[in-house]
Amino acid sequence: MTKKILDDGIVGRGNRDGARLFREWFSSLGDVAEQERNAAYVFVMGSMAEVLRTFDIPTVFPEINSLQTAVRRVAHEYLNEAEDYGYSPDICGYVKADVAVQLRNGQHPMGRIPKPSIAVLTNACNTYIKWAEIWERMFDIPIFTLDVPGTRTAGGQTWQGDPHFENDRRYVAAQIKELISQCETLTGQKFDIDKLREVLGHTNTMNQGWQRVLDLNQSHPSLFNALTDGTVYLGVTNGFKGTAVGAQYFTDLVEEMEYKAEHGIGTLTDEKYRLIFVGVPCYPIFRRFNEMFTEWGGTFVNSTYLWFASGGTNRGFEYDLNRPLESLAEGVLISVRDAMDSMFYQDRILVDMIEEFGVDGIVYHPIKSCRTVSTGLADNRRSVMSNYDIATLFIESDMMDRRVVSEAQLKNRIDAFFEGLASRKHKAAMAG
Amino acid sequence: MAYAAGVDVGSTQTKAVIINEDAEIIGRALTDTGANVVLAAQKAYQIALEDGDLEEREVEYVIGTGYGRYRVTFGNTQVTEISCHARGAAHMFPDTRTVLDMGGQDTKAIRITDTGEIFDFCMNDKCAAGTGRFLGAASSALEIPLPELGSTALKAERPVRISTTCTVFAESEVLSWLGKGKKIEDILWGVHQSIASRSIGLLRRVGIEDEITFTGGVARNIGMIKALEEGMGKKLNVSEESHYMGALGASLFALDHILASRAPSSDVVEELA
Repeated sequence: MTKKILDDGIVGRGNRDGARLFREWFSSLGDVAEQERNAAYVFVMGSMAEVLRTFDIPTVFPEINSLQTAVRRVAHEYLNEAEDYGYSPDICGYVKADVAVQLRNGQHPMGRIPKPSIAVLTNACNTYIKWAEIWERMFDIPIFTLDVPGTRTAGGQTWQGDPHFENDRRYVAAQIKELISQCETLTGQKFDIDKLREVLGHTNTMNQGWQRVLDLNQSHPSLFNALTDGTVYLGVTNGFKGTAVGAQYFTDLVEEMEYKAEHGIGTLTDEKYRLIFVGVPCYPIFRRFNEMFTEWGGTFVNSTYLWFASGGTNRGFEYDLNRPLESLAEGVLISVRDAMDSMFYQDRILVDMIEEFGVDGIVYHPIKSCRTVSTGLADNRRSVMSNYDIATLFIESDMMDRRVVSEAQLKNRIDAFFEGLASRKHKAAMAG
Repeated sequence: MAYAAGVDVGSTQTKAVIINEDAEIIGRALTDTGANVVLAAQKAYQIALEDGDLEEREVEYVIGTGYGRYRVTFGNTQVTEISCHARGAAHMFPDTRTVLDMGGQDTKAIRITDTGEIFDFCMNDKCAAGTGRFLGAASSALEIPLPELGSTALKAERPVRISTTCTVFAESEVLSWLGKGKKIEDILWGVHQSIASRSIGLLRRVGIEDEITFTGGVARNIGMIKALEEGMGKKLNVSEESHYMGALGASLFALDHILASRAPSSDVVEELA
């Protein structure tokens, strides 16, 4: 087979397949809505998809639904509707867009969103809890809150074999058993541990693939843009977790990235600067936001978003299929804890990655409507800068609300950041 | 003799500076920006040429800066005002490590290294509180011309505290203090302290390191200089050319380009372009 044919078939396949799967997923949710079947509302940090899939309960990610309204440039209509209904402009934009989706009886630009039969959430984001209470009141549904013990002190995680870890694992395992009972009640089905084993096997393939894909982006040039391409991969990570389709997707994606690495095929950007993105993307001007970096030859080789918005699956945790329930508790504990740490303690990981990924600069992007992910970014940035001589940029906008996104202000700061990077490179070159 | 120019199209005013090969200012101009940004840039440049008694063809390289930098249609390239203010400040005061630029709608805190590189910068976001616009609102509410604000504020004896952070609401607060019978100078000093306090907050985010150079249009206001110095407990460098610092920095980058084009190696400005 010629290289050209391989390029045509493999290069870009992850984006093409990802977009197709995404459409199919929303289409299937539309069917669930029409047939008024059970659906679980879940979140990206601790979706518990493995348990829900064991009972064939479709998962709906309201965070993804909401960000899609922004990407499709209709978020303002949804936000305005929720504000007219009484929600404050100052609260999470994802919540408000979802409230408007519910007020519209599930009407969404990607199709119709089913009503929830149950909401499953973790404590990874404080808003999750209040958000689920809204559905509880709207639909009179049960909500299941999984309390995941987080890292108590920076760098203070415990691991398998440690008594504290074992205590935490048992605490999570007991809660998972409660969730299983609730799913049995909801569906009338008996829990099938072999089915869970099968689902966990698919998640293993996905997790390992995801970690491999992220690691492969250490290549020069980088193989994918963590901000744009990475968001497509994230959609599959969440929407198809624990499925054969998801496992095949990540097997194919690893093949694509290995092929690109082998043949030196990078992103479309003429790569001059390798960057890490910290925070949540600016979805209201998603493409333009990225262009303001690529115009200067900047590309994002990794992002904390890919870590926490994948629910910490970037760690590549592998479930032990011989003891599925116990291992699920371990995996949930480690992954959700890692997702939280990606938001709050990311400075240490970033410093490690500067060398590994050959990073020229770090872009911090706090957002107005998510204080959970934004609080502490200024301190974290200072911490990184005090430990490492690295250029950083701190720019603020929003993930949903175009009223607080000023492209002119963003561009001014981004341009100045690149002027500084250019000056650094020039001086380094002059110094030999 | 070659000449280089910088044109700084700000939100309120447009500044142009022309320098010679020795980096001496030969011509300068200051005009209101208004609605026609292209015209404002052209006008300022023409006035600067006349001021320097120069023909347009004598200027080898022009750099646009400021929010309207891409509207400097006759310019060769653009550089942000963040880089330009840092460059201008370091040129005027070589020991500068911290720059505070206060313009019409932006306040920038910039930390620079001993080699003149930008180490970090921080700006007001999405709100004009703590910028020149805040003073404009006070000027309008109190009917005191902008150039007299600082000197009037310095006469304060019992300053009031302006607590709001919104420029629009500040005007209401100023009026409410007037209604309570407070003296204009006491209110004005409160306005200056409020702006200084926000600006010092920005400076702290990048780290305040001596020497500190104050640039931008508001640097002509002696009340603001005093309020900042009192707030920080430090002296500020303030140049006669403070208002032109962005345009000066742009002209210095333009001069770099001219000199580099004569040398065999490439220059940073080419990379910036």
